[in-house]
Amino acid sequence: MAAIAIDSSTMLRRDLQHAIRFPMLTISALLTPTIMMLLFVYVFGNAMSAVTGHGDYVNFLVPGILVMAIGSSCASTAVTVNIDMNEGIISRFRTMPIARSSVLIGQVAGALIRTALSLTLVVCVGLLAGFRPSADFLGFVAFAAVTLMIVFAMTWLALAFGMATRTPGGANSTTLPLQFLPFISSAFLPPSAMSGGPAWFAAHQPFTPMIDTIRGLLTGGPVAQALPWAIGWCVAFTLVGYLWSLRLYNRDISR
Amino acid sequence: MAAIEVTGLRKSFGAKTVLDGIDLEVPSGTIFSLLGPNGAGKTTTVQILSTLVRPDAGTVRVGGHDLARDPAGVRKLIGVTGQFSAVDSLLTGEENLLLMARLHHYDKREARAVTADLLATFDLEDAAKRPLATYSGGMRRRLDLAMTLVGRPSIIFLDEPTTGLDPRSRRTMWGIIRKLVADGVTIFLTTQYLDEADELADRIAVLDHGKLVAQGTAAELKRMVPGGHVRLRFTDPGGLDSAARLFEDTTRDDEALVLRVPGDGGVPTLRGVLDRLDAHGVDVAELTVHTPDLDDVFLALTAAKGGA
Repeated sequence: MAAIAIDSSTMLRRDLQHAIRFPMLTISALLTPTIMMLLFVYVFGNAMSAVTGHGDYVNFLVPGILVMAIGSSCASTAVTVNIDMNEGIISRFRTMPIARSSVLIGQVAGALIRTALSLTLVVCVGLLAGFRPSADFLGFVAFAAVTLMIVFAMTWLALAFGMATRTPGGANSTTLPLQFLPFISSAFLPPSAMSGGPAWFAAHQPFTPMIDTIRGLLTGGPVAQALPWAIGWCVAFTLVGYLWSLRLYNRDISR
Repeated sequence: MAAIEVTGLRKSFGAKTVLDGIDLEVPSGTIFSLLGPNGAGKTTTVQILSTLVRPDAGTVRVGGHDLARDPAGVRKLIGVTGQFSAVDSLLTGEENLLLMARLHHYDKREARAVTADLLATFDLEDAAKRPLATYSGGMRRRLDLAMTLVGRPSIIFLDEPTTGLDPRSRRTMWGIIRKLVADGVTIFLTTQYLDEADELADRIAVLDHGKLVAQGTAAELKRMVPGGHVRLRFTDPGGLDSAARLFEDTTRDDEALVLRVPGDGGVPTLRGVLDRLDAHGVDVAELTVHTPDLDDVFLALTAAKGGA
């Protein structure tokens, strides 16, 4: 067990060395959510306030942008993992007496840290754009915990996507749903303001309870209904991503 | 004791049979070379022996550990340097070595010492702090082998360690390999160059289409290969005719006015050929020496198989 911890931290260190030397993927993951936030606050802000009934639309928007930012970090993670898994050194790791899962744990831990950093920056941009959370200290702790849980779940999924695809471009494409599904969720509008099929989809898809929980925690709204669903979806994502990744990592390398 | 024992090793990918029943034994502290053309199954063999790929059938023992039952035991003893460099190309040379040291659970001081030592041995001190993007092919290959040595393996697999290297880097690599064996390490080397196997290996096995078509020392193999000859070109058919009467077992090409005289290309053979031509007053326009190479080995061995 101690060996797994040592090896995983060695792998994490390697992952962070990469991220520091080549920060572009981490930075580019920030671009889309930041632009979206500025667009929806400064261009569509007034119109959206009218639809949502929120006086300050930015307070409604930031939780949605955060989940979008997680999706966009997942794209970077999948691409990073895809490139890394094709590096010769991964084959070397497999022939060495080290815990096999340490490679995956190192990558997930590295992605967690990079995504957390991205999210902090997104929150800072939000604050500059007028975002004023009303949560107390405990609310922020709960917010951090829930956000990490979502990042953890989606990172495992991204890891599997990155390994299941042959090329970095393919890895990026498979994460497109994670990046675009937030558009048909409660990220920009409450599902009740949508019509027909999209409204039903937005109300039942996994991102909506995640966004609603974060929104509730940050703005002092209700979370009791959304939280169990958010936890359920995260557990499901984590399990699927973890088992799928492990299976992909342990398959014959010759295929 | 045998460092590597393989019996009845088989592997197919889908309908394609890559290894079709391989048996071999490598004594401890020797260099064994698996020789074969591209696609013969050399890399697959190394991948199986180094626990990367599971075989379909056969038993393999590496350092006394059964590969199927105790891959972890095998991994503790071996080091692998693959055909495609197993280095982290986003890190520097020094960081790569430190990474290996950490994975072998050396403490900080030991890790520094091992890294500094290997950088010096492999002549990489000047490049230690540069990212690998700036390394030449030879430097990458040396770093690759240095990383393999961090764990002090007793059995090392080298998959085409000199393919694509310039002659000087090849010589350096050969020197390093010889030194390892002198220190008691067992080397399993694959190559497509006969001269490399000739230079380094105690025993050579020739792999073709997933089967071992020959096994033995370099000298034994060369005796099986009739490819060595002296090639004589003449200016007129008369010269060719008179020369053809002087030697045995020759092959002639009347159109090109060329006569091939079998022989190993050594100085005594050459002197004998020239003396005889001189004594009979035959003029030769051009003389070239053809030594046996991998092509000859394969032509000979596969032709023999096809005829049977």
